[in-house]
Amino acid sequence: MTRSQVKVAARDGKLLQQPQVVDSPLAVRGLTVSYGEKPAIFSIDAVAPAESMTAIVGPNGAGKSTLLKAVLGIVKPLSGSVSVYGQPLADVQARVAYVPQRASVDWDFPTRVIDVVLMGLYRELGLLGWMTGQHRKTARACLERVGMAEFADRQIGQLSGGQQQRVFLARALAQDADLYLLDEPFAGVDAATEKAIIDVLKSLRADKKTVVCVHHDLATVTDYFDHVLLINVRKIADGPVATTFTAENLQRTYGGRLATTHIDELRLPAG
Amino acid sequence: MGSEFVQLSLTPILIGTLASMACALPGNFLILRRQALIGDAISHVVLPGIVVAFLLTGTVASIPMMLGAGGAALIAVLLIEAIKRLGRIEPGAAMGVVFTSMFAGGVLLLEQSDTSSVHLDVEHALMGNLESLIWFAADDWSSLVDPVALAALPPELPRIAVVCVLIAVLTFVFWRPLKISTFDEGFARSVGIPTTAISIGLVIAAAAAAVAAFDAVGSIIVIAMFICPPAAARLMTRQLELQVAWSLVFAVLSAVLGYVFAGYGPLWFGGDNAVSAAGMIATVSGVILGLACLFGPQRKRIGVAIGA
Repeated sequence: MTRSQVKVAARDGKLLQQPQVVDSPLAVRGLTVSYGEKPAIFSIDAVAPAESMTAIVGPNGAGKSTLLKAVLGIVKPLSGSVSVYGQPLADVQARVAYVPQRASVDWDFPTRVIDVVLMGLYRELGLLGWMTGQHRKTARACLERVGMAEFADRQIGQLSGGQQQRVFLARALAQDADLYLLDEPFAGVDAATEKAIIDVLKSLRADKKTVVCVHHDLATVTDYFDHVLLINVRKIADGPVATTFTAENLQRTYGGRLATTHIDELRLPAG
Repeated sequence: MGSEFVQLSLTPILIGTLASMACALPGNFLILRRQALIGDAISHVVLPGIVVAFLLTGTVASIPMMLGAGGAALIAVLLIEAIKRLGRIEPGAAMGVVFTSMFAGGVLLLEQSDTSSVHLDVEHALMGNLESLIWFAADDWSSLVDPVALAALPPELPRIAVVCVLIAVLTFVFWRPLKISTFDEGFARSVGIPTTAISIGLVIAAAAAAVAAFDAVGSIIVIAMFICPPAAARLMTRQLELQVAWSLVFAVLSAVLGYVFAGYGPLWFGGDNAVSAAGMIATVSGVILGLACLFGPQRKRIGVAIGA
């Protein structure tokens, strides 16, 4: 049964309601990763609540990207476990979409915007699956959602940083996942792109998806996210932004390196 | 000219063309992964493997040659990894150290051993012996359908043909994972593509091409064909699919033109003797790359921001 058939069947009420999933979209326990002698992340426990937007916040070198990569199995953890919707990642890989850092790839790669978005359909197409007009339509619809439809046939090297980021987001949308993991989606993008991305992420949450972002801009955490995970190699705190994103927790996360004036500017609730 | 051409030129041109295509295909991906030096390394380390295989078996039959070359390539990969980790040296330098020392070792071995009875010397290692791969049994074009004549084809031809077809089929079948993991390895892993296996597979395909091409055409063509046609193709187009097609066109052009220029070029300029076909093929591929640098439509790939 294809995805569209399922959707039609669901609309006609022919599908039984799925039993309520009680397992959280993402739970990590004791996750430790080391590249050399010092651990990059150490024994992190965290849970991303369903239908929420969680920011992973911490200083440079705190292991934010490493945490995402360990969750995705891109780097091998030394110890600890990851469960996605209560199952090992390998069993639910199709429900997870990943947006890597924009700077992690060579944008001079010879390919077009639409081809990058079509990569999001790899799991559906497989090695030799025939690519149909329907697949291209899906990819164009995803570009439409990030406001990049007219760039479909453009060479990716011609895009601005913000446009590149939106193409990456469109590729993740094409995966039609339930859990979206994004690595610094707002880094170095223009204001229009930032607005486009946050709108898409909020619409994902409204569609009962779960979004987890590595995020570097402390000023926007309160506006954009409902949950926050503060880490600096170890977990400092996690929970709802309103109660967890406090001046005190930030000082602990940044080890006193954050100027008081900077924290004052955030106008946080007293911790 | 039919019979002379079929006897003397057809097989060398075919072998040169197939060898060039077999190297150019994986070369496209090696270049995009910034691993072009691997092709260079493999074509060098093959030499000691072949010499050792000859010393052990006393023949230049293809199976022991392939095994020896494969073994040497494996040792080289392990050595490169070991030097990288133990010596904390950047990968390019580790590769450079390993392949030059192994090639030098191969040359020393070659000089010390009695290989006078067979086609195995330093010159062949570099240049191959393309011109001598002639088809004695052929009379004219009709030999192409004569089973007796076909059975007497130089064994290098079916060998490189099999490898070339195999690499082409593998490239086609694994196109999507190859492309995705070359562009964005992290994303590739997140959708379940076994990126390590893909990388190793690519290096093995490159090694197979290098080994099969090596004894027919020598290491100069191998090195040139891994890099020049894909690099020139890169300047012609902005799509990987078209880039691979262009690289094959350039590989064929280099092989055919190179062979013809080597055989007849010196005569046109009043010289007496033909020059090395392998050297000329490599030179032509370099000239094609030079022309692509000057006139290729995509030579200025500057990221232009349009709108926002």
